[in-house]
Amino acid sequence: MSNPAPTGLAVDDLSCRRGDHEVFAGLSCGAEAGGALVLRGPNGAGKSSLLRVLAGFIPPSAGTVRWKGEDIGDDPGAHRAVLHYVGHLDPLKPVLSAAENLTALARLMGGQILVVEALERFGIAHLRDLPVRFLSAGQRRRLNLARLVATPRPLWLLDEPTVALDARATAELEQLIADHRAAGGVVVAATHIGIEIPGAAVVELAGRRRRAA
Amino acid sequence: MSAFWGVVRRDLLIARRQGGSSLLAVGFFVVVAALFPFAVGADPATLRGVAPGVIWVSALLATLLSLDRLFQADFEDGSLDVLALSPLPLFMTVLAKVLAHWLVVGLPLVIAAPLVGVLLNLPLAAFPVLLGAALLGTPALSLIGAIGAALTAGVRRGGVLVPLLVLPLYIPTLIFGVAATAAAADGLPVAEPLMLLASLTLMALVVAPVASAGALRLALG
Amino acid sequence: MTVMSGWHRFANPTRFSRLSARILPWTLALTLVLFAAGLYLALVASPPDARQGETVRIMYLHVPAAWMALFVYVLLAVFSGMGYIWKHPLADIAAKNCAPIGAGFTLLALVTGSLWGAPMWGTWWEWGDARLTSFLILFFLYLGYIALWQVFEDPEKAARAAAILAMVGLINIPVIHFSVQWWHTLHQPASVFRAGGPTIDSSMLWPLFVMLGAFKAYFVTVLLWRIRAEVAERRVRALQMMQAEA
Repeated sequence: MSNPAPTGLAVDDLSCRRGDHEVFAGLSCGAEAGGALVLRGPNGAGKSSLLRVLAGFIPPSAGTVRWKGEDIGDDPGAHRAVLHYVGHLDPLKPVLSAAENLTALARLMGGQILVVEALERFGIAHLRDLPVRFLSAGQRRRLNLARLVATPRPLWLLDEPTVALDARATAELEQLIADHRAAGGVVVAATHIGIEIPGAAVVELAGRRRRAA
Repeated sequence: MSAFWGVVRRDLLIARRQGGSSLLAVGFFVVVAALFPFAVGADPATLRGVAPGVIWVSALLATLLSLDRLFQADFEDGSLDVLALSPLPLFMTVLAKVLAHWLVVGLPLVIAAPLVGVLLNLPLAAFPVLLGAALLGTPALSLIGAIGAALTAGVRRGGVLVPLLVLPLYIPTLIFGVAATAAAADGLPVAEPLMLLASLTLMALVVAPVASAGALRLALG
Repeated sequence: MTVMSGWHRFANPTRFSRLSARILPWTLALTLVLFAAGLYLALVASPPDARQGETVRIMYLHVPAAWMALFVYVLLAVFSGMGYIWKHPLADIAAKNCAPIGAGFTLLALVTGSLWGAPMWGTWWEWGDARLTSFLILFFLYLGYIALWQVFEDPEKAARAAAILAMVGLINIPVIHFSVQWWHTLHQPASVFRAGGPTIDSSMLWPLFVMLGAFKAYFVTVLLWRIRAEVAERRVRALQMMQAEA
């Protein structure tokens, strides 16, 4: 399963321990440029932990994660500049408008900023001047996902991205992921249900394991 | 560098929209200072004697009060994850957030300090030094406070711990800030305490962002 | 990796348990002997001070306690640094268990300092005494460190957060000491504990050294004891975890 392709993501014999228990161990998988990984498994199986390890937020307890052949632990600064991480929470400030939120987040990420395109892509351009506290959960989610468009980055790490999305928005996300991959990007998504990522490699996470002796 | 100012502008915009952060800090500052005449008596000479200390202790407590939200808000809504993916090193992100905090809380306290000085009968001659000392010292309060705020970010009931972690580290700033202000009130030389105050702030500038960034990484994991 | 392996071999918990079990009886015996000798020398064999009379005997508790208070904090910070860099749980556990002992020494130094100074000051607490004031702040640093350990659920995170605080505290100790000293010269009160203190006669020096040795031996004994207890406790928890997950 190990994938040495230098164009994308390669996970080799990865283990993650949190507190006293091992979340997962000996995990190997990978996706070349244009590829995708779908993480499956029951709650607590370590899908979120794996995504946070891939983002560099949690150091792995063993094994390596490589991006384009470089161990992400060697230059964490370079790694965090290539990826987007979309977690369970929408990092939005209720007092700012949709456009202000997106602009502020895009500025933090540096680089190109495409706020208008991002809002249009998710069909929320008409909400741009509305404070986020007036937005529904689905609208907030779309605004959060619009980050992916507002600042182009090659690696997307998505944790249950379809939560709170309706069928139309989910279809839009599917299209966005397809476009991203067509342009050479890599997507890793943890999902229970409801999203089609054609040709994605499926990684099954089994659940909690015993701590290695 | 644009990402650095991006962080600063974002926090300033949020503070402006939310409103009240500066007002809350200044209000707290003035109210606490205004308690002291009731506690130590209204005698002008007594007030003049305690004025430098009261001004600094009140400013320090007002800063402490505002630290709670410095990283906690970003932790709670997941913004910390985005901040961590900025091309900036995390300690620079911390520095940007501390700068915004100082602009929102520290600077208004500096501006309000003469008002409190008037309330407590501080001699007018001491006001320039009070302003100077406050300008030099309040950044240290924001910087050192950031360490406590970062250590307790993402910890349930961590906020109540911040005073215990931070106040002992505030004591040197308090000593030199009060000393400079009191020396000016008594017409004594102020250069030494001011210089020591500046060196404290410089030291905090070196240590605090790195320590806070280390602590914030724990909140990410 | 080669640099680390030496430290790791030494710090292996099982190896530690075996080694400490062998050392403990000796340090315990040493503690008892030194305390017996030190107390005899301090309370019986040494003369009362010309100026301070019998109260000078408090010094034999105060000075070693004060010295240990500072020493233990430095050691705690060193363990913290090792734990932070090498991520070794044994260093974290050592740092954690230094804290209550160090806080105890600090409290003892404060109480004995207050008792010693009271007849001269006419008050139980004298802010003008720079050294005692510094120790009060050191006590606060210990309290903050202990409290920070308690609020985290994950021991690894607790260890890393506490280590950062300990290292920041270590940097601040000289700063705090200097600023309190500076503040003290500003207020120029009388002090009994200035560097050197009341001129120390050699008849006082010996009991002092023996007491210091006794405090050190006591510290090593209690620290080893506490680390052993915590290692055992963590092992039990890991076993329970394995059972729960099996």
